[in-house]
Amino acid sequence: MQVRTFLGGVRPHSKKITQNNAIEIMPIPKMVVIPLSQHMGIPAKPIVEVKMRVKAGTKIGKIGGEVLSPASWTRIPNRPYEADSRASCNIHSSISGIVKGIEPYFSSSGEKVLSVVIESDGTDEIELYADEAVSPDEIIKRVEDAGIVGMGGRAFPTYIKLTSRKDKSINTIILNVCESEPYLTGDSRLIMEKTREVFEGAKLIMSVEGAKRCCVGIGNNKIKNLWQIKAIAKEFGFYVHILRTKYPQGEEKQLVPVITGRKVPPGGFPFDVGVSVYNISTVYAIYEACKIKKPLIERVITVTGRVKQPKNVQIRVGTLFKDAIEFCGGYSEEPAKIIMGGPMMGIAQADDNVPVIKTTSGILVQSRRDISLYEEYPCIRCGTCVSVCPTGLIPSRIADYVEKNKFDEAKKLYIMDCMECGSCAYICPSKRNLVHLIKYGKIKIK
Amino acid sequence: MKLVVSVSPHIHRDISIPRIIYTVIIALVPAFIWSIYSFGIRALWLVIVSCGVACLTEAIVQILIKKRRTYFDGSAILTGMLLAFNLPVKVPLWIPIVGVIFAIVVAKQAFGGLGYNFINPALAGRAFIVASWPQAMSSLWSAPKFGAISDMNVITNVAPLGVLKMNSGNPAIVSMLNSGESIKNLFLGVYGGTLGEISCLFLLLGGIFLIAMKYIDWRIPLSYIGTVGILMQLFYMFGITPVNGIFHILAGGLFLGAFFMATDYVTSPITREGRWVFGVGCGVITVLIRLWGAQPEGVCFAILIMNCFVPLIERALKPKIFKQIKILS
Repeated sequence: MQVRTFLGGVRPHSKKITQNNAIEIMPIPKMVVIPLSQHMGIPAKPIVEVKMRVKAGTKIGKIGGEVLSPASWTRIPNRPYEADSRASCNIHSSISGIVKGIEPYFSSSGEKVLSVVIESDGTDEIELYADEAVSPDEIIKRVEDAGIVGMGGRAFPTYIKLTSRKDKSINTIILNVCESEPYLTGDSRLIMEKTREVFEGAKLIMSVEGAKRCCVGIGNNKIKNLWQIKAIAKEFGFYVHILRTKYPQGEEKQLVPVITGRKVPPGGFPFDVGVSVYNISTVYAIYEACKIKKPLIERVITVTGRVKQPKNVQIRVGTLFKDAIEFCGGYSEEPAKIIMGGPMMGIAQADDNVPVIKTTSGILVQSRRDISLYEEYPCIRCGTCVSVCPTGLIPSRIADYVEKNKFDEAKKLYIMDCMECGSCAYICPSKRNLVHLIKYGKIKIK
Repeated sequence: MKLVVSVSPHIHRDISIPRIIYTVIIALVPAFIWSIYSFGIRALWLVIVSCGVACLTEAIVQILIKKRRTYFDGSAILTGMLLAFNLPVKVPLWIPIVGVIFAIVVAKQAFGGLGYNFINPALAGRAFIVASWPQAMSSLWSAPKFGAISDMNVITNVAPLGVLKMNSGNPAIVSMLNSGESIKNLFLGVYGGTLGEISCLFLLLGGIFLIAMKYIDWRIPLSYIGTVGILMQLFYMFGITPVNGIFHILAGGLFLGAFFMATDYVTSPITREGRWVFGVGCGVITVLIRLWGAQPEGVCFAILIMNCFVPLIERALKPKIFKQIKILS
């Protein structure tokens, strides 16, 4: 069979230690902290008050700006950021209990955002929707109401993605199960255990977007019961593509050409070539919202690294990291770094008192001996960063320009097209902080 | 709880600059042992003196200008080793000392040290010696002690490219240079030349090792050696040079230059396209110098000239963003 891959990329040790652990459901925590900004764009507006009683699934924050219709969602060429800035999304309570406070709280995205603190009453009553969503319009409405965002990390509200596609000619959707980040196994467990549910969800998306074809992109390193998934996919008429394990295979712009052979233009989106990519967790959330009538209040994450029992956990949004780590047996070593997400693109936390949010794909604990504090050498122009950059940039030169505050020059070298995958900084023999410099340059240019 | 907060990525490949440089030095060891074997113990002394002076000079400069001290990261040792490899064995000991001091002080540290020099220090040192003491460099070739096979006598006393330059009109010598025996001896390194350049076999092994380790890019050696080979074969067919392309590839310092000096990270382009251009450019200049220049060998100056073109090459070849997919079966 033909195995395709993209040029560039790196192969860090995958360390998928939780690959064979079934998803465990975590008991309801005593307290959750639910940030009102877990998505790209405007934070949601709180619609509850302190001391109010809420059930799991009660809406506690509603869309901050106006609900974006396809007409108002304009796309500015080469500037995806502008279009996204007006987006917003609903937020739901993830447990039943009493609202203890609405105050700024550190979220795991690294910012301090207005959050709703809810204390559990132990009953776990759940508020479900009245009926299933069937027609495309109902599905879009439901996805908007259920507060579903792109759960792979970009956190773009899915209802905008769905509505804006109705007038585009999408003929293929791709289910992204690459999970090329080391350590993380939540997505691959999800497709192993909930294959039918996920494929049902994909059918719903196809009916909204009018797509004819559905491709499932799976990394070739991990799935044990691949033949089962293939058999079920055949029933559904889906195509399963086995992809080479290489980081960052899970990025849209690497995935689309590899699966469909169509090249996404620089500054463009997959829908420019008639494709749309969905992370499998998002698809599962859509299935739950439409068929099980449950809003997005929980997700599957991987708690891994230096914890006593690394696990794949189905966890309520807003659970604090320390509770999740407690559930996994606590720290096995003195932690030196706690990361939300995978080691390549994850966000290091200053504290373990931060909540799990909709885009948290994992919690990775590193000890002193895992983290690399190197002395930085000057760039020796070895060009390894150029050879691994999946976008085809020259990371070292962009970083040089940023260091010298020459942002215009950096822009000419397409700094804005960098997706911050971290391959360059991972491979650099001089241990330069390339991603740091590029992120800084982007902020300065914006 | 005290946590480290830093920007992603949170894991790094287990590699460092000293490790890369020492691996390159290890890749040069087979050729080094061959040169000790064929030229005698003096080859060893030359390299040791050269490397020692290189480290010492680097240390003195870094202490004097109060820079971070990195004299044991291997780069000075590599410079000293490569410079010694470019010298004939009978050269007086003060020649490598002067050359190495020039290489480290002027070509490397004056521009900011490792990572900032625009020309290869070892080659700059060699060019300095060639320009200042041409006599010492050109007339002191020595034949390997066991290389005196009757037919090869003529060319083992002088470097083969020198023989060619002087005797290109002599059909007897030319036909001997073109013979299979000559090609075999050139490949194995049984002839006279500078310390490190003679054994194409061992240099090739070292180069393939570095390419397999992904420490050097295969594009530069391939395009460099390929250009010289193809152009020389064409000129041979049109009668401009009396010897064929294979002779030109194997004779002189082409293998040493293409695998170990043109691939120097700091002084070669960082993009793939740039590396092709760089290699082809080195090849063309080498051919021009060998055929029409005053010197018999052109590798050193070809690489130095192309080093100066690197910023222009990089400016001219803008990166292509979004690479095409690769299909493996």
